This record gives sequence, C-alpha cells and structure tokens, in this order.
Amino acid sequence: MSTGGLFVIGATHRNAPLEVREKLSLSEAATIALRAELATVAGLKEFAMLSTCNRIEFYGVAASPDTTGHIAAAFCARQQFDRQAFDKIRLELRGPEAIEHLVQVAAGLDSQMVGETEIFHQVKDAYARAQAAGLTGAILNRVFQKGFQAAKHVRTSTAITAGQVSVANVAVELAGTIFGSLQDARILLLGAGEIGEKTAKAFQSRGAAALTVASRRLERAMELARALGASAMPFEQREHRLAEFDVVVCATAAPEVVISAAATHAAIAKRPARPLFFIDQALPRDVDPAVAGIQNVFLYNLDDLARIADQNRTARNAELAKGQAIVAEKVAALWRHIEPQLARLESAEPEQRVAAANSQPQTG
Amino acid sequence: MPVQLTDRAWLWVAAALYLLGFLQGTWSLWRGGRPSGSATYVLIVVGYFAQLGGLGIRGRAVAGCPLGNTFELVQFIAWSAITLYLLVGVTFRHSLLGYFTSCLAAALTLLSLSIGPWDATQRSHIFGRNPWIELHAALAVFSYGVFALLALTSVMYLLRNYSLKSKHIGGWFSFLPSILDLDHIGVRLLTAGVSILTVSLVVIWAFWWHHPESASLTKVSIAMAIWLVAVIALTLRLRGQLLSRRFAWACVALFMAALGSLFAVDRSRHSAATVTTTMSPA
Repeated sequence: MSTGGLFVIGATHRNAPLEVREKLSLSEAATIALRAELATVAGLKEFAMLSTCNRIEFYGVAASPDTTGHIAAAFCARQQFDRQAFDKIRLELRGPEAIEHLVQVAAGLDSQMVGETEIFHQVKDAYARAQAAGLTGAILNRVFQKGFQAAKHVRTSTAITAGQVSVANVAVELAGTIFGSLQDARILLLGAGEIGEKTAKAFQSRGAAALTVASRRLERAMELARALGASAMPFEQREHRLAEFDVVVCATAAPEVVISAAATHAAIAKRPARPLFFIDQALPRDVDPAVAGIQNVFLYNLDDLARIADQNRTARNAELAKGQAIVAEKVAALWRHIEPQLARLESAEPEQRVAAANSQPQTG
Repeated sequence: MPVQLTDRAWLWVAAALYLLGFLQGTWSLWRGGRPSGSATYVLIVVGYFAQLGGLGIRGRAVAGCPLGNTFELVQFIAWSAITLYLLVGVTFRHSLLGYFTSCLAAALTLLSLSIGPWDATQRSHIFGRNPWIELHAALAVFSYGVFALLALTSVMYLLRNYSLKSKHIGGWFSFLPSILDLDHIGVRLLTAGVSILTVSLVVIWAFWWHHPESASLTKVSIAMAIWLVAVIALTLRLRGQLLSRRFAWACVALFMAALGSLFAVDRSRHSAATVTTTMSPA
C-alpha cells in the first residue's frame, strides 16, 4: 500500500496550547512568504496551507518521506520556533489518515467547539488560495473536493451542527423559536456592558434591525448605540416603554430588579397577542422572576441559557461517533481512487513524476 | 387492463400512505433527526389523490357528494384537512405540520375504515336533485376539515408553549415552528373555517326561507351552534380577550365539538323516517 506520498503535518489545539499556537500563528505576509519558500522544496509536488487560530497544517504530496522534515524546518525557521519543541507537538499523518484528518477538520469534528461551521469555510479558502497559486495538482484537487463533499455529508447526516453552544447565540436561537424571523423584532438592550453588547451583536447578525440601548449612564448608552447603529433611550423610561419591544436583553450591574412583574403586566396588556421575551444575563438578576408566570411572556436567565448551551454541546459530542463513521466510510472509498495515482507517482522517475501527476484528471 | 379497485380499496391505500408518512416521521424523530418534510409531503400527496379517487367512486355510486353516513363524513373531513394542509406555506409543511397531519389523517381514515357499522348503510341521492343543499353540506363538512387542521396547529402551539415555559427546547421540540407563526396560522385557519361555514349557512338559510319543509331544523341548528362557537372564539381572539394557551385549547375544543356534532347528525338520520330528503350532515 502506498501511503508515503500524501501527508499532513502541523500543530493543532489538541497538542499545542494557546501560548504555543500564538507563536506558530502566521501573518498574511508570512503566509505568502512561506508559500513561496515551500514551492521550492525539492520533491514537494503539491501542497496547501491551512492557518487558523486553532491549527497550522500543511497538506501535500511528496515524492520522498523526508519532505515533511524540510517543511517543518522551513516553517520553524520562519517563525523562529525551536524545531525540537515543534517535533514534540507535531501532527503528522500519511495516506488515508491524512485524508481522514482533512475531512474531520472540514466537518468540524476536530474543532474545539464540535460542529462549528466556520472551519469549513477556512479550509475551502485555504484550498482556493493554493489552487489559485498553482500549488495543487490532480491528487490534492481530488482529495480536497471529495473531502468537502464528505464533510457536507457529515454535517447534513448528523446533528453535529444542531443547537447553539454560546450563551449569546442560544439567546438569539430562543428568540427565533418565539418570533420566527427576527427582522421585525424590536430589541431593547438594558446595560451597556460587554455581555449585553455581544448578545446585541448576535441579534444583529441574525437580521434584527430595530435595536435600542438603555443604560444608567446615558452617554455610555449613546456611545454603544452609535457603535451598533442603534438608538438610545434614557434608562428611566425602560418600564414605561416596555410595550414597544419584543425582546429585552438585560445585562446591567444594578443590585436590584430593574424590570418588575407589574410593569410587565402593564406592557403585555398593551400588546396581548405579541409575546415578550426577556433574556436576563445579569447577576444579580435584573428581571423579577414572577414575570415568568405571565401568559405570553418568556423569561430566561443566565443559568437557563448556560444549561441549554451545555445540552447542545453534549448533544453535538454524542454525534461525534456517527460523524466519524461516515468519515471512515467516505475516506476508504476515496483512498481506493487516490492510492493508484500515488503509486504511479512514486514509481515514476523524477522527470516522469510531473507528467504522471499532470496526466491525472483535475477533479474527481 | 387497468386494475379496478373499489372505493374502499382506494381509501385503504390512502390510509396506508398517511400511516406510512406518520411512521416515517416517528422513526426519524425516534432516531433524533428531523422528519423529512419532502418524504412526508410526497406520501400525503399520493394518499390525497388515492383518497380523492375513492371518494370519487363513492360519490358516483351515491349520486352526490359522499356525506351519507359517519364513514363518509369522517373521510371527507380528513380529505378536507389534507386539502388545507397542501395549500398552506412551505414553512409549515417542513416543520412537523406534515407529520401531525399524516397522524390525524391516518387516525381518521383508519378509524372510519375499521368500524364497519359506520359504513353499513350507504345512502344515495341524499340531496335529492338540489345542488344548493349539497353545496351547503359539502362546505359545512369542509369547514370542519379546516377546524381539524386548526386543532393540529393548536396542539403544536401548546407543545411549543410548554417547551418554552418549561425551558425544554431541544429534541423534537426544536422542529416546531415559532410560537408567533403558530398563533398567526391559527387565526388564519379559524377565519377561513368561519368564512366557509358562514357561506354554507347562508346557502341553507336562503334555501330554507323558500322551502322550510325540506330541511331538518335539528341539523341546521347543530351547524349554527358550531358556527356560533367559532365566531365567538374568533371575535374574542381578535379583540385580544382569548389568547395564547386559552385560544389554542378553544380551537381544539371547537374541532372536538364539530366532530361530535357529526355523530349527532348521523344518529338523527337513523331515527328519520325518510333518507332521500335528508337535509345535510351539518
């Protein structure tokens, strides 16, 4: 069996702690320079670089097994990172294991937050850049393109992407289960701190346009409102104008309740057919717990949101085995096509290798 | 040579397809996944046409809209509910409504097929040669089909409300539509049901005005009572006095009352001396 030609080497969050990954992180300029340098490494037929905050990985096809050592040396030299230290944390896989790793990464199975979808776009981007630079050939093209199909299959056939796993996104998802589309939802943010701002941004990313900020310091509310493209209102009007809003994000540092049950009763009486959703992210709590008992009013506090995020995380992890089984099946099928190509490449004379590689179809 | 199936055979095929849609959805939910909206939809559509074929054969046999006994009435309600389901938006078709609809249709059709006495007496020419009475009856029972779908969306509303209040939003609860969407479709379905039933009653009142001897006061009174309950529920909802869970429960009760009224109508037929001048099922 031919396994030497196709490889992946690098370092990921699994072996490299954050302070190490910081040192290994490549800037845009460094990425371009390293790419040019690696293009000259003898025996390296094809390659692509993936650099994210959680991993730096080099996928490639090489004529000899020691090519990975040259890549590691060039990378460590550029980053001024100790080579022996890199070897201790280094990931190195070959043949089908390299493909399996790629698919797991693209599917979000190897991510810190299992099922995250951003990584899929990052891998696609890495491949597109390598392809645009003419660094990929028949083998990597096939591996990446089929790998993307397999990753999509994993995501659609399992529940690894189901449910949000951050508190802010859980809050937005909950609002969706109440209001459906958030485009017409009117959001009130009470408190101008970091937590509230994060949640407000999560709402905006899901299309919520009508955002109002209220803080005990009006100037701070206005400042945040400007930054978010929202409007501001005096904090004292919060209960009086409660009926104007659909979602109220509470994240103040107030030592006492800032939304009472009586004010909520009055607000819901003015708009009885439209639900009112409170997200209480404050500690101590901003919303009177009695509000939860009012018809058509929904109240979720920090513990509720954290518990749901935790359940979603557990549910995603439970899907890992199912996803990995799909990956194994897809990789076995892909490897049956790739292995003969690699074998032809390895058995060819040096001058024939380029021709052998170029004779393969570009896509699978 | 094409296979000639009887009306009941077609209706059994329809019931089996609805049941298959329900079982397929249950299997998906059991495995932790979302029921395939497309698969359920296809099964329901095929079942719908099989049912249409069966009711068509029966209609030709009885020379009119097949509403002559409890079996036919229940079948017609199931068919009406499916008609409405096929007309509502894609969003609802893909968010468990298909699953719930296939469950209701399977339950109604299988129940009616299984209880022999419901179809023991087949009445023909029940509307005489009067198309207005037939129109009234068909519209009235169709509106009950609308109320059936309304009851389904109301149950979905109650489940969604429970999940949000109890803070259990995972699992198959996550496949339910938003609570606001369910409320909106509930109002629209109730409005549609009331409108259709109103037209039905206007038709029969206009006819009865000239021929009071041809209609059964009991049946018209029952239909009027159902209409009145529906109108009150709709008025209270639009005035903001019947909301949220109470509105949902009222809609479920309305369908149960409509279904119950059909049994009362059918019972009154048994006691009637003549069947050929039967006024309407409603």
